[in-house]
Amino acid sequence: MKWYNYLNIAYRALMRNKTRAFLTMLGIIIGIASVIAVISLGAASTNNIRAEIASTGTNMIFINPAQQSRGGINMGRDDAKSLTEKDVEALRSKCQYVTAVSPSVSVSGQLVYGTNNAPTSLQGVDIPFREIRDIKLDKGIFFSQHDVETASKVCLIGKTVVDKLFPGGEDPIGKYIRFKNIPLRIIGVLEEKGQNSMGMDQDNIVYLPYTTVQKRMLAITHFNTIYASATSEEDSELAVAEITKIMRMSHKLQPADEEDFEIFTQAEMLSMISSVTGMLTALLAAVAAISLLVGGIGIMNIMYVTVTERTKEIGLRMSIGARKQYVLVQFLTESVILSLIGGLLGVFLGIIVSYIGSFFLGWDFVLNFGSILLAFGVCFFEGVFFGWYPARKASQLDPIVALRYE
Amino acid sequence: MTNDVLKIEHLTRTFVMGEERVHALRGISFSVKEGEFVSIMGTSGSGKSTLLNILGCLDKPTKGDYLIDGVAVSELDDANLSTLRNRKIGFVFQSYNLLPRTSALEQVELPLLYNATVGGKERRERAKYALEQVGLSDRMHHFPNQLSGGQQQRVAIARALVNDPVMILADEATGNLDTRTSYEVMSLFQSLNAQGKTICFVTHEPDIANFTTRSIRLKDGLIISDTAIKTLSASEALAALPATEDYEL
Repeated sequence: MKWYNYLNIAYRALMRNKTRAFLTMLGIIIGIASVIAVISLGAASTNNIRAEIASTGTNMIFINPAQQSRGGINMGRDDAKSLTEKDVEALRSKCQYVTAVSPSVSVSGQLVYGTNNAPTSLQGVDIPFREIRDIKLDKGIFFSQHDVETASKVCLIGKTVVDKLFPGGEDPIGKYIRFKNIPLRIIGVLEEKGQNSMGMDQDNIVYLPYTTVQKRMLAITHFNTIYASATSEEDSELAVAEITKIMRMSHKLQPADEEDFEIFTQAEMLSMISSVTGMLTALLAAVAAISLLVGGIGIMNIMYVTVTERTKEIGLRMSIGARKQYVLVQFLTESVILSLIGGLLGVFLGIIVSYIGSFFLGWDFVLNFGSILLAFGVCFFEGVFFGWYPARKASQLDPIVALRYE
Repeated sequence: MTNDVLKIEHLTRTFVMGEERVHALRGISFSVKEGEFVSIMGTSGSGKSTLLNILGCLDKPTKGDYLIDGVAVSELDDANLSTLRNRKIGFVFQSYNLLPRTSALEQVELPLLYNATVGGKERRERAKYALEQVGLSDRMHHFPNQLSGGQQQRVAIARALVNDPVMILADEATGNLDTRTSYEVMSLFQSLNAQGKTICFVTHEPDIANFTTRSIRLKDGLIISDTAIKTLSASEALAALPATEDYEL
């Protein structure tokens, strides 16, 4: 028996009932399409987040105080006072793999201008911060070294703050806004950045000299975070090792002591976020895979009905010389053809859906060839697996009984 | 000397139904020579159907020998029996057993699809020739529901002919047809027989048996008579039927 004769026989049998063949395929089509779409859109969103993080500089390094325990009580990291001016100076003078270092100290509260007010967070930073975060100004200027040294009451504000405090559209430059009775002169407006991938508004921000926050608002001498830039992304690890060494020295830690600071890199953030989106994608794909399973059961169901309905045909085929094995292969071929064509249509549908989805979400369309290949593999497997028992049932029929079946 | 297409010796077939043993065939012997047109007759319960199944290689005898075209059937396994059915036997059934939504040409091609020695082009040619033989060359692309009962049975006969079998086995092939159409089909069988085809025709209608050359009667699993009969011409019988105006071939 030649293989194309099997195909020919199965094809003729399927074409006798096109509507049913299509409906049977529909389960597979939807299953495969959703798997392809979920994986493709998942990859697109991951790429999107990566691109976003990479755009803010993959060589960024954060140094935070470590969480501290006192008498068994975890004090969190906000109260820690371990990061100081001394650390910043040490890093600036001794690091080879670090190009810029900036302290950062934050305070949240209400900003007021005239009758308008806005809740926001004020971030006190140093001049190198502009280079580390690649801050661009829409208008105005960044504060100067002189402003930092004198703890000037100047600030730069983001687009959201502008919209809330100056709804009339007046030019904010040169205006004074108040924060807890401290008047701050606006010297610059930041370029609009929009939401980041976690949905945080990156324009609801005010930058000002860190000395102003430390001395005039909080009366403290420590920092919340120290930002640094590695010479390149590849040097990140070297920079981290170097920073660790210098910080330990600066904090006079003995070799046995635990570090009272923590270092994060943008690269770590990237892999963390990727692993989260990867997990979400896998979860959604698993849900989609269940629909694929249901589609397979649909094939099995229809194949059983088909075998019963075509009992007489099977009897006839046997009487004109079809061996048991031919009947088995015929029905198996039918179910494999159904699932493979269903898979093919599903792949097309999935590509179309993810293309449209990416387009409307503003992501770059990503096609994962691995998932397409996998989808076909699963389809073939489903066709054989779910087609096997009905096909076996067909091949085990007694031709004498089958011929007289009504 | 003509060959025995079919040779049966002391054939018995016993079915075991629980505790009971049912003797469908109790030891029958006969042979059919090439070019014979044999009718096998008997009432229901006579063992006629069992004999037919065995002749068609769908069933095996409990005891006894069955040779078709010199091949001992009882020694064959399932796969070889299938091949034997495919190459040596052409079935014609009472209810035609055509595939739904399948053109006449594809119906006739079907047995050749199970014959690996026949290629696509030859298959088509042979199917067309078989349909020409039964006078349906103008109905090749019709579906069964577009054909009359007589035409459907002729498609089935073409399907039985297409593998050039040594024997055509007809099971009540006229049972679903009216008298006129029955005579037409019998006339077709007679002309095929005249071309040298061996035909075994199972029926319970004596007037149909009259168109054959030899009649074997079964009763209770035994042959009660095996006689050559004075063959009537089906085409003459057809001409003798009163003409009907509403009937067209």
